[in-house]
Amino acid sequence: MRFQKTPHISFRIFKDHFFMIAIIILSVIASFPLLFILFHIFSHGFSSINWEFLMRLPKPVGEAGGGIINAIVGTVLLIIFSCIVALPPGIIAGIYLSENKEGRLSYFLSLSVEVLQSIPSIVIGIIVYVWVVRPFKHFSLLAGSVALGIMMLPVIVKTTEETLKLIPNYLKEASLALGVPYYRTILRVVVPAGLSGIITGILIAIARIAGETAPLLFTAFGNPFMNANPLKPVDSLPLAIFNYAKSPFPEWHALAWGASLVLIIMVLGLNLITRLVTKKWKVRF
Amino acid sequence: MESTVLKINEFGAAFGDHVVLNNINLSITHNNITAIMGPSGCGKTTLIRCINRMHELEPGARVWGKIYLLEEDIYAMHPIILRRKIGMVFQKPNPFPTMSIYDNTIAGFKLNGIKLPRAERDGIVEESLRKAALWNEVKDNLHRKGTFLSGGQQQRLCIARALAMDPDILLLDEPTSALDPKSTSHIEELLVELKKIETILLVTHNIAQAGRVSDYTAFLYVGELVEFGQTQKLFTVPEDTRTEEYLSGKFG
Repeated sequence: MRFQKTPHISFRIFKDHFFMIAIIILSVIASFPLLFILFHIFSHGFSSINWEFLMRLPKPVGEAGGGIINAIVGTVLLIIFSCIVALPPGIIAGIYLSENKEGRLSYFLSLSVEVLQSIPSIVIGIIVYVWVVRPFKHFSLLAGSVALGIMMLPVIVKTTEETLKLIPNYLKEASLALGVPYYRTILRVVVPAGLSGIITGILIAIARIAGETAPLLFTAFGNPFMNANPLKPVDSLPLAIFNYAKSPFPEWHALAWGASLVLIIMVLGLNLITRLVTKKWKVRF
Repeated sequence: MESTVLKINEFGAAFGDHVVLNNINLSITHNNITAIMGPSGCGKTTLIRCINRMHELEPGARVWGKIYLLEEDIYAMHPIILRRKIGMVFQKPNPFPTMSIYDNTIAGFKLNGIKLPRAERDGIVEESLRKAALWNEVKDNLHRKGTFLSGGQQQRLCIARALAMDPDILLLDEPTSALDPKSTSHIEELLVELKKIETILLVTHNIAQAGRVSDYTAFLYVGELVEFGQTQKLFTVPEDTRTEEYLSGKFG
C-alpha cells in the first residue's frame, strides 16, 4: 500500500459531514438579518396601514389618524426627477465607455465613476446644498433630485457599460456593412439589443436611492404638506420615517413603522420587477 | 468580353507594422462566382474586408494601391455610400436579434432611415427572400424573430438582407464554416443560382467548396496572390507549385 499515513477513511467522512453541516448553518444565519427585519417591520407596521394611512396627509400632534400620502408622492416625484437628472448622462457615458475601451477620456471617466460611487451620501447632500439650495434660497424637490441623481449615476454608467460590452461585435458589423452610419448602429442595433440590461440597471439604481435619507436632509428637507413644485421642499418616505421616529410621540412612532413597511414593499417590488425584466426581455443572440 | 465589376490594383494592407497583404491584382467579372481560398491567416478575410472598408474598424489599419468598384475608386468614396453598394455576409449568421424576419430583410432601409411605401417594402422583402430561397420556409412567420430560425436559415436570411439593398457585388466571408453539411450544400446551390443575377466574391478555406461553386479561383498564401484563373484550369493544371501542393493537401 502506497499511502501508509492516510488517516482512516471514517475520519474523512466525519470531516466531510462536519463541514457540510457548518456550511448549511452559516448560510442560514446569513439570511437571518433579512428575515428578522421583515418580521419586525411587518409586525409593527402592519397595524398602521389602512386606506386613510395611504391616502391622507399627516395630522398635527395630538389628533388621531393621518397618513403619509405626501411622502409617497414625494418619493415618486424624487425618483422621476432624479431619473431625469441621471439617465441621459449616465446612459450616454455607459455607451461611450463600452465603445471606447482605451483612451484617456475612458480612463478618466471610469475612474471618476468609481470614486463617485464611494463618496458618502451625506457629503453629496452637503455639496448639493451649496450648489442648488443656496442659490435658489430654498430647500427643494429639485435639489433632492440632483443629490439622488448623483447617487444613481455610477450604477447606471456601470450597468450600461457592462451590458453593452456583452453585445457581440458581429451585430455591429452586420449593421455597418449595410452602410448604416455609426451613430444609428449604436442607437438602433446595439442599444435595443442591450435594453433589458439597461432597464435592469435603472431599476437597481432606483431601488438604491428610494431609501436614501442622508442626501435629502439638506436638500428635499421634508414637508408635511403635499407638494409637486420642483422649487419647494418635498417629503419622502425615508425622511418621514426619520422625522416620525425621532419624535417623542407614540402615535408618530406608529406612523414611522407604517412608512417603513410601505418603503420596504416598494423596494421589494422594484427588485421583483427587475428580475422579471431580466428574464422576459432577454434578447437571444 | 465580360465586364469587370471590381478591380484590385497593386493592393496591400497592414495593421500597424504587420503587413497582411501585398501586391494583390485581381479582376472580378460580372455574374460570376470568384472564390478566394488559402490557409488560415493568409489574409483572405482582410482582403474582402478591405473591399467594403470594414477593416477600418481595426485600429492601425492602413492600405495602399487601388480598388475600383465599377471604375470608381472606393477609397475616394464615403464608406457609408460604399457599403450600401456592397453586400456582405459573415462567417457566423448574424440576424438582428431584436427584429422580426421581415424587419431583418428590410433592415438596410429601415436602419438607414429610408422610408418606403408599404407595398414596395413588402415587394422587396418577398423578392429578396425568394432570391435567398427562404421565402417558402418563412412566409407564414414573417413577424417572428429571426433568431428562431436554424443556422442555415439564418445565414440565408443574412443573404436576403444583403440582396435587399440590390448590391453591385456580394461578399461572402466563409459563409458556411459555422453550418452543418446539409445547410452548407443548400447555401452552395443558392450561390450557383444567385450568380445569374449577382456578382459574388466568396472567401473559403474549403478547397472542395471553391471547386464546386466558383468560376474563378484566387489562391492566397501569406498575403500574396499566388495564382488566379478559371477554377477548372487552376484545379487541373495549376501553374505554381505552391498551388499544386495546397490543392493536394501537402499544407493548409
